Amino acid sequence: MWLELDNVVQAYGKSHVLNGISFRIEQGEIGCLLGPSGCGKTTVLRCVAGFEPILEGQVITDNIVISGPGFTVAPQLRGIGMVFQDFALLPHLKVLENVEFGLHGLPKAARKVQAIETLASMDLSATAGMYPHELSGGQQQRVALARALAPNPPLLLMDEPFSSLDGELRHRLNLEVRELLKARGTTTLMVTHDQQEAFSIADNIGVMHEGQLMQWDIAYQLYHEPANRFVADFIGRGVIVPGRVEPGGIRIELGLLTGGSDMLKPGSTVDVLLRPDDIVHDDDSDLTARVCHKEFRGADILYTLCLDCGEHLYALVPSHHNHHVGEHIGVRLEADHVVTFPTHGDKKHPT
Amino acid sequence: MGLSQQIRSLTRYLPGPWFLVALGIALPSLLAVGVIVGSLFSPDTENWPHLFEFVLPRVLGNTFWLVVGVAALTTVIGTGLAWLTSICEFPGRGFFSWALLLPLAIPGYVLGFVAIGLLEYSGPVQGLIRDWLGSGTWFPSIRSRAGIIMVLSLTLYPYVYLVARSAFLTQGKRVLEVAQAAGYSRQQGFFKVALPMARPWIAGGVMLVMMETLADFGTVAVFNYDTLTTAIYHTWFGLFSVKAALQLASFLVLGVFIVLVIEQWLRSGSRYHQAKSPPGGRIDLIVRDRWLAAASCGLVLLTAFLLPFVQLVVWAWQDIIAGGLNLRFLGFAWRSVSLSMVAAGVIAVAALMLNYAMRLDAHPASKIAGRIATLGYALPGTVLAVGIFVPLVFINNQLQAALDFLFAADAPKLSLQAGLATMLIAYLVRFLAVAHQPVAANMLRITPSIDESVGVLGVSGWSLLRRVHFPMLKTGMLTAFALAFVDLMKEMPITLMTRPFGWETLAVRVYEMTSEGQWQRAALPACAIVLVGLIPVVILTRRAEEHVA
Repeated sequence: MWLELDNVVQAYGKSHVLNGISFRIEQGEIGCLLGPSGCGKTTVLRCVAGFEPILEGQVITDNIVISGPGFTVAPQLRGIGMVFQDFALLPHLKVLENVEFGLHGLPKAARKVQAIETLASMDLSATAGMYPHELSGGQQQRVALARALAPNPPLLLMDEPFSSLDGELRHRLNLEVRELLKARGTTTLMVTHDQQEAFSIADNIGVMHEGQLMQWDIAYQLYHEPANRFVADFIGRGVIVPGRVEPGGIRIELGLLTGGSDMLKPGSTVDVLLRPDDIVHDDDSDLTARVCHKEFRGADILYTLCLDCGEHLYALVPSHHNHHVGEHIGVRLEADHVVTFPTHGDKKHPT
Repeated sequence: MGLSQQIRSLTRYLPGPWFLVALGIALPSLLAVGVIVGSLFSPDTENWPHLFEFVLPRVLGNTFWLVVGVAALTTVIGTGLAWLTSICEFPGRGFFSWALLLPLAIPGYVLGFVAIGLLEYSGPVQGLIRDWLGSGTWFPSIRSRAGIIMVLSLTLYPYVYLVARSAFLTQGKRVLEVAQAAGYSRQQGFFKVALPMARPWIAGGVMLVMMETLADFGTVAVFNYDTLTTAIYHTWFGLFSVKAALQLASFLVLGVFIVLVIEQWLRSGSRYHQAKSPPGGRIDLIVRDRWLAAASCGLVLLTAFLLPFVQLVVWAWQDIIAGGLNLRFLGFAWRSVSLSMVAAGVIAVAALMLNYAMRLDAHPASKIAGRIATLGYALPGTVLAVGIFVPLVFINNQLQAALDFLFAADAPKLSLQAGLATMLIAYLVRFLAVAHQPVAANMLRITPSIDESVGVLGVSGWSLLRRVHFPMLKTGMLTAFALAFVDLMKEMPITLMTRPFGWETLAVRVYEMTSEGQWQRAALPACAIVLVGLIPVVILTRRAEEHVA
């Protein structure tokens, strides 16, 4: 099943919660909405689920309109699966009964068989007779997923499905869940505020901000080709510094960035996005900057560097280059790809 | 190992001195139950055969059907209203969600006599109907099993409503969404998910209702509907047989025990952890359902509170005009208030002592003693009256014998049971749990780390109590006092059966007037009781608001 949202508008009272959301997820793909809390991403999910009516636009699955202005197919008739943020396992039912819960169309025996099979396929057989509160957080999460997947829904919705788990487990489950969904070919739309999670699970990611979809793209593009300043700032680390267009490149305080100036008017001023990997540490370089903060991250160190003019930048440096705060270190620009914004504009210059 | 060490290791397994405090407070409950169970081994031979053959079957049947009927009706009313006000959106929802607690203020015996006064053959309602439709019109009798089940349910449903509401509020409408995501409709979601999840809470509320119904004396007395409680009363004051009364009481204790077992069974294996989910708004009903919801809430509020309250005020006003607000009435009122104040003070202090005993002595024996002390609420007033009276007479006689032996003819004559002692001890047993809860809730907030952090600052002992504990326990103590006070003002059977000769309180006055069918003259004291009864409703609604905030 494919899913398409076409210019969906939703509002409470006078304030618009969703402002013309459009995107499409192909059969078997995993889409993810990413954004800070309150950006409306969960509302999109609830509109797709049918819990919220929409004011304008359409929600379409496989050529069938399931939501439109004044028209909402009831959630239970949509045949979707849903994983809730807190898992919402039914505390009075055992794990097996929780999974059977969504299989009510089948005869009792078939229901049981299918629930057992689903649990087995997810390595959960041992928990079948337990109550939800007897499970660990990771097990609860997988039971919630098993309950949603047991009826083989053509479309799965997940609302911050990993937010209550801790780091290590969360990362492992991300990969596991992606593999499982890909193997079953389940079209999926999920919501998260954690970009690492979005990167490791999703095929396409939509960055949302204040009820608008800023960009719908693959992770690589979001990082390297952010559509606007919000996406540039929200995805990955980076700073925006002023620059001037010259023939063959863009001049910033640190030197000349080659490339990126073909479509721009020479002599004009622009804002340039500098990622930490655009700055390379080089002891031989004439150009130096003072270390004003450092963040040890294992394989590398993220230095915050202060320039004399008061600007600061990030540099990602292999961790054996260990320098102290206050020290001046040599740096060099090494950007193979330059992203620029108009000085008084929000949208990225085309490249 | 030295001897002193051995002694120390032995005493480590013994409870400390605070255990004696807990035991002392639990003792009356233990005595009452012990005496009643003991009575089974020394049966009364004179009256029992008669009671067994002619009274017991009818009384047991009446009690059984009353408890079953009230439990069923309060479950439906309480759960239904709780669902509407917590999960659905309709006009007046905010108002109804607290106003539906108002019937708590009207004791069953008051609603009972107002209902009879309004609906009996000579009452205004039937009179009107006869005027309109002719004299032969059939009207269901209010003085029937169905009538009393209705009346008791309308006064007791708030117990179910309160707990079901908090269960539904913690669930939120999220559980319905889970059900819908699994392909169920909303109605199916309610019956398949929301209701089963709320079951342990609802069972707790229904259990309280069944306890109250078993214990009820005033309402059944107004209706002349003979149950175990009235049978105990009449056996004592009609047949003057304490032994037979004790035996009847043992049946009532058995009933209480059965209810407790049923509740445990209903709750078993279902200590559900509360969902962490935010409530997430309410369901929008379609227009017709919205007005149906408002109408059902309105109907219950009207019949359980507004109509009876207005009728009471009208009767009370007529009584005042006829000179009812005289010194005699003020005497009842003063006696009620002063007695309830003293008893509530004693109960609140006992609750505080019990809480400290359970806090300072972690020994299991203290915990058990505390548990027994707070189980007294399950013993009906009629049972307690007999169960406390009998051992008190025994103790009195032993003391008298000792005095007679010591002083011979000069010995003073004791009469412990005739004073306030029986009444106060029975009150304490019955209402300790009511006072215990708010104090315990406050006590929980004084964590060991608070004592430690304050201790590090150099504050301990008396000054710790004065500067830290008492301020933190103040609201709990006040709530405990207020709740006990109101229950004492309403209390009827214990007061009726154990009061010193000639003592009349408001509740006793209501009993006397209603047993003569003088509804109008019962209205003024009833009104006073209802007004006092509004106090805990205010406390409850304020506490509910704090929960939301």
